[in-house]
Amino acid sequence: MPTWLVVVATSLVMAVLVVASVMIGAIDVSVADLVAGDDDAWDVLLLSRVPRTTAILLAGSAMAVAGLVMQMLVRNRFVEPSTVGTTEAAGLGLLLVTILAPAMPLPGKIGVAAAFALAGTLLFLAVLRAVPVRSIVTVPLLGMMLAGVIGAVATWIAYRYDLLQTLGAWMTGDFSGIVAGRMELLWVTAALAVVAYVMADRFTVAGLGKDTATALGLPYGVVMALGLGLVAVVSAVVVVVVGGLPFLGLVVPNVASLLVGDNLRRTLPWVAVGGAGLVLLCDVLGRVLRYPYEIPIGVVMGVVGSLVFLYLLLRAPAGRSGA
Amino acid sequence: MPEPLRLSLDDADARSGPVSGPSSGRSTGALRDPGDTRDPRGRRVRLVLLALVVLAVVACAAFLLLDVQGAWSYVLGLRSRTLGALLVVALAIAVSTVVFQTVTENRILTPSIMGFDALYVLVQTVAVFTLGAVGLSGVPAPVQFGVTLVVMLGCSVALFAWIFGAARRSVHLLVLVGVVLGVLLRSLTAMLQRMIDPNEFQVLQARLFASFTGVDPALLGVSGILLVGTCWWLWRRRHELDVLALGRPNAVALGVEHRRRVMTLLVAVSLLVSVSTALVGPITFFGLLVANLAYVLTGSSKHAVTLPTAALTAVVVLVGGQAVLDHVLSMGTVLSVVIELCGGIVFIVLLVASGRRR
Amino acid sequence: MITVEQVTKRYGTTVVVDDVSLELPRGGVTSVIGPNGAGKSTLLSVVARLLPAESGRVLLDGADVARTPGRELARRLGVLRQDNHLAVRLTVRDLVTLGRYPYSRGRTTPDDVAHVDAAVARLDLGGLEHRYLDELSGGQRQRAFVAMVMAQDTEYVLLDEPLNNLDMTHARDMMRTVRRAADELGRTVVVVLHDVNFASCWSDRIVAMRDGRVEVQGPPSEVIDTDVLRRVYDDEITVREVDGRRVALYYT
Repeated sequence: MPTWLVVVATSLVMAVLVVASVMIGAIDVSVADLVAGDDDAWDVLLLSRVPRTTAILLAGSAMAVAGLVMQMLVRNRFVEPSTVGTTEAAGLGLLLVTILAPAMPLPGKIGVAAAFALAGTLLFLAVLRAVPVRSIVTVPLLGMMLAGVIGAVATWIAYRYDLLQTLGAWMTGDFSGIVAGRMELLWVTAALAVVAYVMADRFTVAGLGKDTATALGLPYGVVMALGLGLVAVVSAVVVVVVGGLPFLGLVVPNVASLLVGDNLRRTLPWVAVGGAGLVLLCDVLGRVLRYPYEIPIGVVMGVVGSLVFLYLLLRAPAGRSGA
Repeated sequence: MPEPLRLSLDDADARSGPVSGPSSGRSTGALRDPGDTRDPRGRRVRLVLLALVVLAVVACAAFLLLDVQGAWSYVLGLRSRTLGALLVVALAIAVSTVVFQTVTENRILTPSIMGFDALYVLVQTVAVFTLGAVGLSGVPAPVQFGVTLVVMLGCSVALFAWIFGAARRSVHLLVLVGVVLGVLLRSLTAMLQRMIDPNEFQVLQARLFASFTGVDPALLGVSGILLVGTCWWLWRRRHELDVLALGRPNAVALGVEHRRRVMTLLVAVSLLVSVSTALVGPITFFGLLVANLAYVLTGSSKHAVTLPTAALTAVVVLVGGQAVLDHVLSMGTVLSVVIELCGGIVFIVLLVASGRRR
Repeated sequence: MITVEQVTKRYGTTVVVDDVSLELPRGGVTSVIGPNGAGKSTLLSVVARLLPAESGRVLLDGADVARTPGRELARRLGVLRQDNHLAVRLTVRDLVTLGRYPYSRGRTTPDDVAHVDAAVARLDLGGLEHRYLDELSGGQRQRAFVAMVMAQDTEYVLLDEPLNNLDMTHARDMMRTVRRAADELGRTVVVVLHDVNFASCWSDRIVAMRDGRVEVQGPPSEVIDTDVLRRVYDDEITVREVDGRRVALYYT
């Protein structure tokens, strides 16, 4: 298929999804109402649907890009924030700051969550270093277990402070609470996605390992820190504003690499668009499945994400190769 | 090289060789080097088992008797029912995990990690979803349990076919697939639960998390009978399990009908997992924890040792832990969280260690 | 007698054992040699009913191994495969005792203990009896597994590369053990070997395989020969007679 056709087709699909996302919801918004200048309809549209759709696009693309960056840095195509404990660590940070400093403004809370997310990622890398022989599947396996342990700690604390339900809500992504005034923070993630695009090549080189990177004249430590920091901030913002989106950052880059190959600069925009599209699709699905009630995106994403992950794992019996 | 010694022993062997000669009935002492002490592990195993029995009894007593307020007979009646549920769950998980690990020839995989109990929850949810709470209450409990079991068995057969299929897959891949499968099943369950009428959801929740305190005596009775029957059947096959642990080629060479035996063992495992999950819902890492504790404590791989040790360890951890948290710290429901925490750490350690060895 | 009748075994589309027919009489030591990928181990596995054949059959004293009950076969034919990584921790004695399983079904009698003792002594494992297998060197572990097969007390013994991981001395001891099992205990031993010189020095019969077929079979004096080895290995190998034994010089 020629490139321009793919671009046109993708744009069409995205446009359809965006329109669907804007129109579908518990309150009917019809084109006729909008044309007729119905104030209620416009209110719903501008205060709820449009911010929600924007949030979906931003969060989806940023998480997919964050997953891709992490895969480059760790050099394993099955890692992403939710398979190495980054997401859970961000949740733990948010929980602690909610208990200890409930009055802290949102950016401050996000800062704490991001710090925890970074610490969680570093802990994962430290554990990883203790495993001498790694197969491509051992790395995400370790990460998911670590995520489970961090999650258990968070559950324990939440239980003591009677915050179990709150924690559950945080860790399950949900866009239904998104209204104008809260989602703006997600623009930060968009900015970071652009940074990732600019730095893509450097991340690739850093992924080759410290020695190779240094030999190629790359400030390894700086690039690693930047990359991991970027992933941590994106994860923290998304957890605070939306909640967990399991396997998103894993599924999209892998499918993208199946479709368009591994050249990073070329893949990255597709990953961003794919992430946005997938989240959009899942969110619309969540709204339609049990209309007028909603199924949170985190749940839908869990089903779709794990199905694709399983497919990727079992596609080739290549369980041994890779670093 | 102690050549002459070997020659003389060879002679002894030649006499008692392929066709059992008259000398074959002689006692072992005569053949053994007098300096050779008896197997040093025998004593350790006996000590460990004895200590565990004592601890288990203490744990049960503590659970029943600590901090009783109000009418003794009432409290004891309530608590003994809970204790019964704890015992059934502890035994079911411990035994099923040890057998499962033998059959799959590794020590990281457990039924829960492969998503067996998530599957149980999904099956229950689907039942409520399709039949509705009212429709389901019309189906007799044994039929419900039977249908659930058949579904579970079907899935374990599929799993078996996959594990022992054409391509030999790495254990780590299996575990990862299991973990992701667990996420899938749980997400599917969550999705269905959101689509169920809230009233019916209440019914479902009551079915899924009967919790230790509110155990239905009838269900407990049925579970107990199934548990005892299955454990007895497994106990009689403990030596065969020892052989199976050597891996398929060696087991076949020693005359075990591998495929058929593994199938029936997986059936038994599914039965035990269903029993425990029906009583208290999933506890992912508990089996991993107690099975590996048993291996470490006894240093033995014989099922005559590991099966009872794992079962006793499970009783001590579950009943003892519940007694302490319930009656001393009054934080009853967090036991599962503590177990998940410790189990997760044990898992990571095992993973790191297994990476080291290879 | 082991009779292999037109056995074919494929992995996917690759034919590993290609229509092999073979007769191995009772008694003595038969070595199976051949280059990597010749199908030696696969043939051994098919004979030991560890792998099913696509076509053809294997008869053990006239009885089809694929149809004989596993337990009965386990008393007549013992087999040891190449890779023996165990997930469980066993001591040497535990392992050797499991070799008695076809008889004892776990209830060890004094007769079983005697066989275990004899096997332990035969493989010179006396000092290692209570050590765990994962604490042993590769060679010691190898000997423990051979001891298990010996304890199984079968008329037919199939060993797949028993010299793996063994140093010079232990390799020779292993071959001596194999030889004795045949001479003193009257067992029929089939060994897959990599080193043609061990095959030459210790066996009564050599079966040379290549590309899934039996290229040649006969006594060492016929098989260990420059012309024959060229057919099997596609290589020029000088053969000399040293102290009455034919030795292939493939070191230079």
